Amino acid sequence: MNIELVKQLVEGYGPSGFEDHMRDIIRPFIEDYADEISVDTMGNLIARKEGDGSGLKVMVAAHMDEIGVMVTHITEKGFLRFTNIGGVFPVTLAGNRVQFADGTMGVVYSEKRESRTEVHGLDKHYIDVGATGRDDCPVSVGDAAGFYRSFRAQDDFLVAKSMDDRIGCVVAIEALQRLESTPHDVYFVFSVQEEVGTRGAEAAANGLEPDVGIAIDVTTTGDTPEAATMAVELRAGPAIKVRDAGMIAHTGLVRLMRRRAEEAGIPYQLEVLEGGSTDARSIQIAGPGAAAGVISIPTRYVHTVSETVDSGDVENSIKLLVEVLSKPIEL
Amino acid sequence: MEISELLRQLTEAVGVSGDEKEVRLLLRDLIAEHVEEWRVDSMGNLLAMKRGTGESDLRVLVDAHMDEVGLMITDAESDGTLKFETVGGIADHTLLGKVVQVGPKKLTGVIGARPIHLLKRDQRTSVVKSDSMRIDIGATKKENASGKVKLGDRATFLTAYQESGKMAMGKALDDRAGCAALVELLRREPYPFDLHAAFTVQEEVGLRGAQVAAYATRPDVALVLECTPAYDLPNKRDVSPNVRLGHGPSLYVMDSATIQDPRFVRHIMRTAESNGIPFQVRQPGGGGTNAGAIQRVHGGVVTATIATPARYIHAPISMINLDDFGNVVRLAEATLRGLNRDLFER
Repeated sequence: MNIELVKQLVEGYGPSGFEDHMRDIIRPFIEDYADEISVDTMGNLIARKEGDGSGLKVMVAAHMDEIGVMVTHITEKGFLRFTNIGGVFPVTLAGNRVQFADGTMGVVYSEKRESRTEVHGLDKHYIDVGATGRDDCPVSVGDAAGFYRSFRAQDDFLVAKSMDDRIGCVVAIEALQRLESTPHDVYFVFSVQEEVGTRGAEAAANGLEPDVGIAIDVTTTGDTPEAATMAVELRAGPAIKVRDAGMIAHTGLVRLMRRRAEEAGIPYQLEVLEGGSTDARSIQIAGPGAAAGVISIPTRYVHTVSETVDSGDVENSIKLLVEVLSKPIEL
Repeated sequence: MEISELLRQLTEAVGVSGDEKEVRLLLRDLIAEHVEEWRVDSMGNLLAMKRGTGESDLRVLVDAHMDEVGLMITDAESDGTLKFETVGGIADHTLLGKVVQVGPKKLTGVIGARPIHLLKRDQRTSVVKSDSMRIDIGATKKENASGKVKLGDRATFLTAYQESGKMAMGKALDDRAGCAALVELLRREPYPFDLHAAFTVQEEVGLRGAQVAAYATRPDVALVLECTPAYDLPNKRDVSPNVRLGHGPSLYVMDSATIQDPRFVRHIMRTAESNGIPFQVRQPGGGGTNAGAIQRVHGGVVTATIATPARYIHAPISMINLDDFGNVVRLAEATLRGLNRDLFER
């Protein structure tokens, strides 16, 4: 796995709806490996790898966008009120930093609290960009910001603000790079607007009408102190999704993924996620429908600035995706 | 026909979600001589096409929804009063004591309210839940009521359109203001491309009509004409007024259903600036427009929404500023005439 690629992707700016910069970062890494590259109306970056004609039309989706905030109001003293873009939890906010498209940095904090355990809702938080009033405020209502935190790799322990889902993009990019030949016409879709309701993948799948859809995304784990019960852990390999709140994975595709993992000696775990979903949800029911499944990268602290993955899990996710794509898919 | 008469006819017509026929027939008559084709699809959307000059091959859709929020009759009580459910988003506190028109015969009814004389102290300050309200059409027995009204009949507020200076007041300005603007656009000179117009059904219950209209039309670009809630009354806290009456068309950037295409939003803002048309950015956050249903059909559609700000929507009477309405039409027309493929190159 190319750690420099991970760093570039996870530190990039790209809240949902504003992924132009992410597209520019990803494009050079896929150009030499795809037979055709296009950008659709919504901004999905689509790389096509041609098959030998014997296989299926397969859509692989990893989303480029990240959660963030959007400015709703600028106070007389130059502080910004904001709303969420995707799942932003108030408990993760105070003292964190956000960054706008032009590089402007802001500190997030909340109004006074009655007790130390109280957490305010988003409406009682604000962003301080160092302005003193509306006139010298460098941002406007409607501007979007992503969270801001540098990437750290402590041996295999990888921590960053937007592993969700830039690490999925890494898996898709490296799988494309390693995929020498495939029976399938594979469309690697680096999708937009997943965090606000899997919208980019919906449009892309409506346009492509694939036979098979595979999302590459993060999933939460149950392996931390007093965590919500979940049978997924770090360092146990990619998680093959069986079900989440938005989708029941195609059972034939789940079976095939397990078989490919077993044949290649890749460790894996099965995933049932009780809250949340992925692009596969949209792909499954777009147009005439598709056999949909997900390869998930187990991730701790999802939707915080310290989303954490294991590099071995990432490497094994790449291997599993290559195994699935390079061989026939019998459903 | 002048704008006032157009708004009067459109707001006084009845078209609760799923039962938009009266509004559709009115609109059909208003646009028939200005379009080359029109048809009604299986859900009841009125889809029309105004032939362009042929300069551009862009497929452009303009949407405005015909339906309004209202009530549906669910049962008649033994005393002849009618139970109902709300259709679309209506807050309970807007209902009590209001006059409504019920069913295709437009029977006058009142949502009965207990007089203050008969209220206990705590009842004077609490909101009555809509499921304990009844519509009284003056029937005295169940049989009497059920002879006049059928289960599933719609009801809506009975409100006459009126104007006061620059303010126009009426029910259902959400989104008959959008429908009126779209009628105006169809009456203008041909555009560089064929203009597809969709007067859509069932927006208020989940953007349902626009979904099939967009699927059938396959547009490259779609402009939604809406009516958005203004919250511009005095407020002590330093918060945005959302949008204000008299400050121009409001542009959507993000709501719960859509992140509008930034390139299209930029085009509209530049068009406004170069034509001297005022505009305001609607505070990003909740709500949604038909853009949410149109944006993701087929391989995706470039979408944006221009809205007339209105006070008191989803209630018996809402209020817009006629200058804002005029500017919505001007801005929408200039935006459409300036459309070209280069705007959306990546």
